[in-house]
Amino acid sequence: MKAPPVLARGKGLRGLAPLAGRRAAQLLPRARLGGPMPWVIAIMVALTVIAAGGGLALDNLAGKARGDLGGLATVQIVEADRAARQRQAAAAAAALRVDPAVVRVAPVPEDRVAALVEPWLGAQAAAGGAVPLPALIDVELAADAPSGTLERLGARLAGLAPGARIDAQSEWLAPVLGALSALRWMAIGLIALLAFTSAAAVWLAARNALGSNRATIEIVHHLGGTDAQIAGIFQRSILLDSLAGGALGLVLGGLAVAMLGARFAALDSGLMAGGALTRGDWLLLVVIPLFAVAIAVYTARMTVLASLRKML
Amino acid sequence: MSAPENEMVQFDNVGLRYGTEREVLSNVSFTLFPGRFYFLTGASGAGKTSLLRLLYLAQRPSRGAIRMFGSDVITLPRDRLPAYRRRMGVVFQDFRLVEHLSAFDNVALPLRVAGVREADLLRPVADMLEWVGLAGRSEARPATLSGGEQQRVAIARAVIGRPDILVADEPTGNVDPEMALKLIRLFEALNRLGTTVVVATHDVQLLRKVPDSLIMRLDRGMLADPTGALRYPPRRGMTAESGA
Repeated sequence: MKAPPVLARGKGLRGLAPLAGRRAAQLLPRARLGGPMPWVIAIMVALTVIAAGGGLALDNLAGKARGDLGGLATVQIVEADRAARQRQAAAAAAALRVDPAVVRVAPVPEDRVAALVEPWLGAQAAAGGAVPLPALIDVELAADAPSGTLERLGARLAGLAPGARIDAQSEWLAPVLGALSALRWMAIGLIALLAFTSAAAVWLAARNALGSNRATIEIVHHLGGTDAQIAGIFQRSILLDSLAGGALGLVLGGLAVAMLGARFAALDSGLMAGGALTRGDWLLLVVIPLFAVAIAVYTARMTVLASLRKML
Repeated sequence: MSAPENEMVQFDNVGLRYGTEREVLSNVSFTLFPGRFYFLTGASGAGKTSLLRLLYLAQRPSRGAIRMFGSDVITLPRDRLPAYRRRMGVVFQDFRLVEHLSAFDNVALPLRVAGVREADLLRPVADMLEWVGLAGRSEARPATLSGGEQQRVAIARAVIGRPDILVADEPTGNVDPEMALKLIRLFEALNRLGTTVVVATHDVQLLRKVPDSLIMRLDRGMLADPTGALRYPPRRGMTAESGA
């Protein structure tokens, strides 16, 4: 029996072509999008995009509120006698105007103060002077004002206007900012949990795929396939699945975020408008599926390599 | 233990046990030389498959030493073992073909693993399939092939990489006597090209078909070598326990 030329050679055929692409893909028989992996990743990415979108919106909201109100303070002159109150208010305003840490001083007109309390006191009581209302002065501090400025101003005003009380607007905003911060941390925690869950799902899927393709893996192993070659076969499969799932998840999550954004914008609230996502935020959301793909591929590789190490 | 360069495989006092059971192989010592044809015989349960698993590096022994191609494969890091496996061809008793691949792709698999480009493997694979009489079935999946055809695909896959050593576990167990003889002739042709062949079989009729073959007989995990021929084989044509 005459042997074929390939056997008549002194040595076996060898080369440097990687076991990749179609050559590798054919070793794992699975219809694309047929398994659960792309759908699991799509759901994970969609949830992550929604959580991240919410977190970014809250961050923007808190940032805008802090920026708008952080440097503002209100001086109240609490004095029952109208003339004394007006005198103290004028003295306080004059002192504030010359202070280098103050960029704007705006006494609030009496009728506006009355309008503010009218819902609680009634028009007659508020405007008629039946109830003495404090004089208010809006103050805006310089952006580079040192941290103890309000205390310093308070001490200075105490001498000029004994009835003066100074309140930073950030003080009453603090609970709101605290709540926003808590929500933002919750979003970050949610993202971390989703990343962990995605990795766990990929780990399970890779183990499942490894189990159902064990015979093929053993054959490739016996034929001299290296761990890296075999891991590469799975990586490719997971890469394609996670790319498809990631793209789908991004579309679903992006649509949800855009719809929520439109609903909040429809509230026509200045505060809510501050939470609108910027172009940079949207770019960040687009990066999420890429992270998901990286996590999926890395997890699959580590899972397969760990399993292969148990074989000789 | 030192091994002369022309010794392909050397087992020295090798023992193998699974878990805490008694040893399935005990004190097995033999040497495989390049270009020789070996039959491994023994009753069912004698340890033939276990010995072959050690030979094709699917298992480490519980004790003893194994050298292959000049290296101690027991202490070799596992990331260096694929290079040794590529120098071997294995025909499994149950064929172990990849079910979803065609006959062509199954035969091409060792070349793809070895990094051969697609353009360079088309001709050799087609030649191999023709050599084993399956030129017309190259696109057939294993499930559509008969037992004998699957066996020949498995053999083509085992030898296409031109291995230094071919290990076959009961390669004729699923085929009729006529096909068994054809397969043995295939192994002989490969052996004539310089490949060491080890065929595990319980078919004593087969042993007579290959002149100058050496017979390794396993009995309850012990290798019978009364003349020492398995450690110090006579030159060709003078084989003491030949199948001729």
